Amino acid sequence: MEHAISLFVRSIFADNMIFAFFLGMCSYLAVSKDVKTAAGLGVAVIFVETITLPINYLLQVYVLSPLNLGYLSFILFIAVIAAIVQLVEMVVEKFSPSLYNSLGIFLPLIAVNCAIMGASLFMQQRVMLDPENVKAIANIGDAFAFAIGSGIGWFLAIVALAGIREKMEYNDVPKPLQGIGITFITVGLMALAFMCFSGLNI
Amino acid sequence: MALSKKTKEAFLGPLNLNNPVLVQILGICSALAVTVQLKPALVMGISVTIIVALSNVVVSLIRKSIPMRIRIIIQLVVVAALVTIVSEVLKAFAYDVAMQLSVYLGLIITNCILMGRLEAFAMTNNVKDSLMDGLGNGFGYAWILVVVAFVRELLGSGKLLGMQVIPDWCYEHGYSNCGMMLMPAMALILVGCIIWAHRSINDKEAK
Repeated sequence: MEHAISLFVRSIFADNMIFAFFLGMCSYLAVSKDVKTAAGLGVAVIFVETITLPINYLLQVYVLSPLNLGYLSFILFIAVIAAIVQLVEMVVEKFSPSLYNSLGIFLPLIAVNCAIMGASLFMQQRVMLDPENVKAIANIGDAFAFAIGSGIGWFLAIVALAGIREKMEYNDVPKPLQGIGITFITVGLMALAFMCFSGLNI
Repeated sequence: MALSKKTKEAFLGPLNLNNPVLVQILGICSALAVTVQLKPALVMGISVTIIVALSNVVVSLIRKSIPMRIRIIIQLVVVAALVTIVSEVLKAFAYDVAMQLSVYLGLIITNCILMGRLEAFAMTNNVKDSLMDGLGNGFGYAWILVVVAFVRELLGSGKLLGMQVIPDWCYEHGYSNCGMMLMPAMALILVGCIIWAHRSINDKEAK
C-alpha cells in the first residue's frame, strides 16, 4: 500500500509525464489556449489512462511475457488503446450526452496521445524491476496508482500552462516569438520549476 | 528523372517553410527527449524518416480500400508493424542506442508526424508523391533533432558523438560544462529559440 502511494505521488510530481518525459506534447501545446478546454482534455486523459494501463498491465503479465511475445507489445498496446478509446466514446455518448459534449471532440485525439502509450511502455519496463525499487510496478494496484498519478500529472500540467497562456495574452512578446515560440520557453521554465520535486520520496 | 512540381514541393516544403517540428508543431515529444546526445538523435532521425516514408507508401497503396470509419486503427496497425521491425533491427545491431532511446522508440507509433502525414497526405495522394512527402518530413524532423542535439552535447558535456571536442586546456583555464544543457527543460527552451530564429528569417524573406 505504502509503495502504491509513493508511486502515485512520484508519478504526479517527480516523474511528471510532461515535464520529465515530454509525453503528450503535441496535444499539450495545441489545446492549451484556454483553461476550460484544457481541463476537458486533461480529464479525458486521466479517464482513458486509468482504463487502458491496467488492461495493458494484465496483458503484459499474463499473456505477453509467459508466451514470450514481447515483440508484439507495440501492436497489442496500441490496438488496446485505440479500441478502448472507441468503446469509451460510444459508451459515454449513450449514457451521458452532457459529458460526451464536453469530452467528445478530445476522445479520438487521445488514441494518438503519447502520454497514454508512453505510460504503457513505461509500465512494461517497470514490471521487470526489483520490487524494492520505488519505480517498480509489482501488482495491479500499483498499475492503477501509476495510471491515475500519470493522468493527474498531465492534467495539472496542461491546466497550469493554459492559465499562464491566458495571462500572457496581455504581454508584449517580440513578434516572431509570439504564439508557439514563447509557449516552448514557458514550458521549459515550468519544467525547471518542476525539477525541484525530483528527489521526492515518501 | 524529371520530377513534377508537386512532387518537388512535397519533398522540399517540409525541410524549411513547412517544417514538421517548427511550423506544424508535430512530433515534439521525441524531438525533445532524445537530444541529450548526438548519436541517439541521429538514429532517431533516421528511424523516423524510414518509418514515415514507408508508412506513407503503404497507406497510399491501400488508400482506396480503407473504410473511412476505421481508418485510424488501420493506420496505427501499419505504423506499429513498421516500428516493431525497426526496433527489432536496432536491438540486434545497435543495442546500446536502442536502450538509450528506450520507450521513445516505441513512441514513434504515436508520433504525431506519422498520423498527421498519413491523414493529411497519404490518404489522398499517389504513391510517388507520398514517398517524397514522407522523406521530406522525415528529414525536416531529423535536422531539427541534429541541431538541438549538437548544441546540447557540445555545451552540456563538451563532446560530439561521444568524442571530446573541447580541449583540456580550456578546462584548465576555468571553462566548465553547462550542466543545465543536459536537463530536459533546456531542450524546450532551445527549440523555442530555433522557432524564433526560423520565423524571423522567414518573415524577412516574405517581405
